[in-house]
Amino acid sequence: MPVMPLSGNHAAAYAAKLSRVEVVAAYPITPQTQIVEKLAEFIEKGELKAKFIRVESEHSAMAACIGAAAVGARAFTATSSQGLLYMSEMLWWAAGARLPIVMGIVTRALAPPWSIWSDHIDVLSQRDTGWIIAFAENAQEVLDLIIQGFKISENDRVLLPLIVAWDAFDVSHTIEPVDVPNQNVVDEFLPKRRKYRHTLDVENPFSYGNLAYPKDYMEFRYSIYDSMLRAKDVIEQCAAEYDRLTGRYSGGLIENYLCDDADIVAIAMGSISGDLKVVVDKLRKQGVKVGFCRIRYFRPFPSEALAKCIEDAKTILVFDRDISFGSEGALCLEVRATVNREGLDKRVYGIIYGIGGREVRQKDLENIIVKAYKEELNHPRKLLWLNLKHV
Amino acid sequence: MGIVNILGKKEILMPGNPSCPGCGLALGLRYALKALGENTILIVPACCTSIVLGPYPKSSVGVPVFNIAFAAAASTAAGMSEALDLMGRDDINVVVWAGDGGTVDIGIQALSGAAERNNNIIYICYDNEAYMNTGIQRSGSTPRHAWTTTTVLGKKEPKKFLPLIVASHNVPYVATASIAYPQDFIQKLKKASSIKGFKYIHLHTPCPPGWRFPSDKTVEVARLAVLTGVWILFEIENGRLRLTGPSRNLVDKRKRLPIEKYISIQGRFKHISKEELEKIKEDVDKLWHTLIQYSSKENIEKQ
Repeated sequence: MPVMPLSGNHAAAYAAKLSRVEVVAAYPITPQTQIVEKLAEFIEKGELKAKFIRVESEHSAMAACIGAAAVGARAFTATSSQGLLYMSEMLWWAAGARLPIVMGIVTRALAPPWSIWSDHIDVLSQRDTGWIIAFAENAQEVLDLIIQGFKISENDRVLLPLIVAWDAFDVSHTIEPVDVPNQNVVDEFLPKRRKYRHTLDVENPFSYGNLAYPKDYMEFRYSIYDSMLRAKDVIEQCAAEYDRLTGRYSGGLIENYLCDDADIVAIAMGSISGDLKVVVDKLRKQGVKVGFCRIRYFRPFPSEALAKCIEDAKTILVFDRDISFGSEGALCLEVRATVNREGLDKRVYGIIYGIGGREVRQKDLENIIVKAYKEELNHPRKLLWLNLKHV
Repeated sequence: MGIVNILGKKEILMPGNPSCPGCGLALGLRYALKALGENTILIVPACCTSIVLGPYPKSSVGVPVFNIAFAAAASTAAGMSEALDLMGRDDINVVVWAGDGGTVDIGIQALSGAAERNNNIIYICYDNEAYMNTGIQRSGSTPRHAWTTTTVLGKKEPKKFLPLIVASHNVPYVATASIAYPQDFIQKLKKASSIKGFKYIHLHTPCPPGWRFPSDKTVEVARLAVLTGVWILFEIENGRLRLTGPSRNLVDKRKRLPIEKYISIQGRFKHISKEELEKIKEDVDKLWHTLIQYSSKENIEKQ
C-alpha cells in the first residue's frame, strides 16, 4: 500500500480510479477542477477505462451521470458551490430514480459577493434531496469515503446517491501523505457494479418515472426515507469491512474523540476537526473534561450514535460552517432535535465559524470551550458568530 | 395501411394510450417507434408525452422509457449513450423524444452541448408549437401571430427555427419531418439510426386543442403546412441540405397552395388582420430564402 503525497482533490481522483468508475461527467468550477483534470488524464492515458463527458453545465453533468447510472454504469462527478446549486434539480432526480452515483463536493461559499473559500452551506442546502452526505476530515478520508461511498450507494438495501464533501483549500489543495490501497484490495472490497431490477434494459422494457397519482406517490418517498435509515447499518458495515481489508478504520457515522467521560462535547464536521482534536488534547492535559464528536455522515443523521456519544455531557458546543438565515446552523438544529428526541437534558450552544473561509485559530476554539466550561457563555438563545469583525 | 406495409403490424406505442383525440405527437411516436424498433431507449423530458406514456404502474410503450427533468433530456441521453458504448451496446438507439418547449427553450443548452460533443443519440423534437401539456402557453417555437393563453392577441415574434441552429453545430444529420408524410419521416429515422453521432429530427405535429381545429383534421392540417410551404421538409447530411417529399417541388412559390388554406383551418389564427397575414407570408418566404441560400452555399462549396 503506497503512501503518496496527495491533495484532497487528487485523493478523490485516485479514489474514483480505484473504484473503476465507468463514466465521469463534469463541468469546471474552482476549487473542484483538479479532481476532474486528474481523472481526464487517467482516462486519456488509458490508466482508467472510462468515458469522460465534458458537459456544458453542472445540470448536464448530473443528468449525464443519471443517464449512465440508469443503464448500469458506475458514474462519478464533482462540483462546488454555484455548480452544485445549478445542478440541484438533478440531485432530486438521481435520488428519486434510486440511482447509485457518487459525487465529490469541495465545499465553497455562495455568491454574492464572490467567494471561492470554504463554507458548508452549498452541501447543506441539498440536505433534503435524498442523497447520503458525508464530510471528510482530510485527504486520506476523502479517498476512503469515496471508495466506501460506491459500496454504500450501490448496496441493495440503500440504492441512493452519495456525496462526499471536503473543505475548499484546507483539504482540497493541501497535500498530505495518503495511504493509497492497492487495486486488488479495492476490487475485493468493491466488486463490479451489478445490474438492478430497475436498470434500463431493451430486453425487459419498462417505463421509469411515469406520472404517479396521490394514491401511489407517497410510498416512493417513504421508500427513500426507509432506505436512508437502513443506510446507517450499511455505512457501519462498510467501514468495518474496509478496515478489515486495508487495516484502516476510516468511516462510520461519527467519530467519538474522548467523549465518554466529557462534561463538554464539541460537535463539528470537516476539516476543523483536526484543530478541535488538538485543542481537546491540550485542555485534557489541563484537566478540562472535554470531548469531540465528529459528524461524518450528515445524512442519514446519526441521532442514535450522537445521543450515546453525548449522553453524560452537560454542555454541547455545535460548530456550524453554515447559517440558516432566520434560524441557526443546520448542524445545530440537528443536534437540538436529537437532544429533544432522545429526552436528554443539555445546554446546546450554536457557534457559527469559518463562513466564506474566515480564519479560525486553535486559540479561538480553545477560548470558547474554556468559556463554556466556566459557564461564561451567554444564553444559548444568542447565536455566537466566531471572529465576526463587528456586530 | 401504407405504414403497416412498410413497417409491419407490431405496434410499440399501445392503442388506448391517454393522448388527446387526434393527437399529432401520438401519430409521430407510433411511426418513430415502428421505424426504430424495440432496440430503443426513449428519454422523455416534461412534455405531453409524459402523460401519453400512461400513469404508474402502467406504460403505453413497449421500449424502456426514462422520464427526465425538462432541461435535461439531451444530457441524460448523452450519459446513456456513452455508458452503453463502453459496455459494447452501441447497437441500441438512444432516443430523446421531446416537445418544442423542452427543445428550443429550456432544453436548448443541453441539446447544444450534446450536439457540439457529437454524442451518439437521436434527438426528435415533436413540435406542436406551444406548451400544450400545461395548457397552450407560447414557446419559442410558436409561430408569429398565433394565439396562445399567454399571447392572447397573437405572438409578436417569429418562430425560432431550431433545425438550422442545430445544423450549425456541424452534426452529421439534421432533418425536418411531418406526421402527414410518414414515409419521409420513417426514411429519415432509418437513416438517423444508421449514422453514428448526433442526429436531430424536427417533427411537425399539429395539436387539435392547442391550434383550435377539429380532431379529425390533424393530418390535413399537417399536410397543408407542407403544401403551403409553411413547414418545409428537408435533411442536412454532413452539411448538405436537400429538400425532401413534396417540398422538393415547392421552391417555386407559385406551386405552393395559398397560405390562407393553412391559416383559415385553425382557430389560433382566426383573429389575424390582413397585415398580420402578410407578415406570416413574409416569414415563410424568408425561411425558404434562407434554406435556398443554405443549399446553394453548399453547392458553391462543392464546386
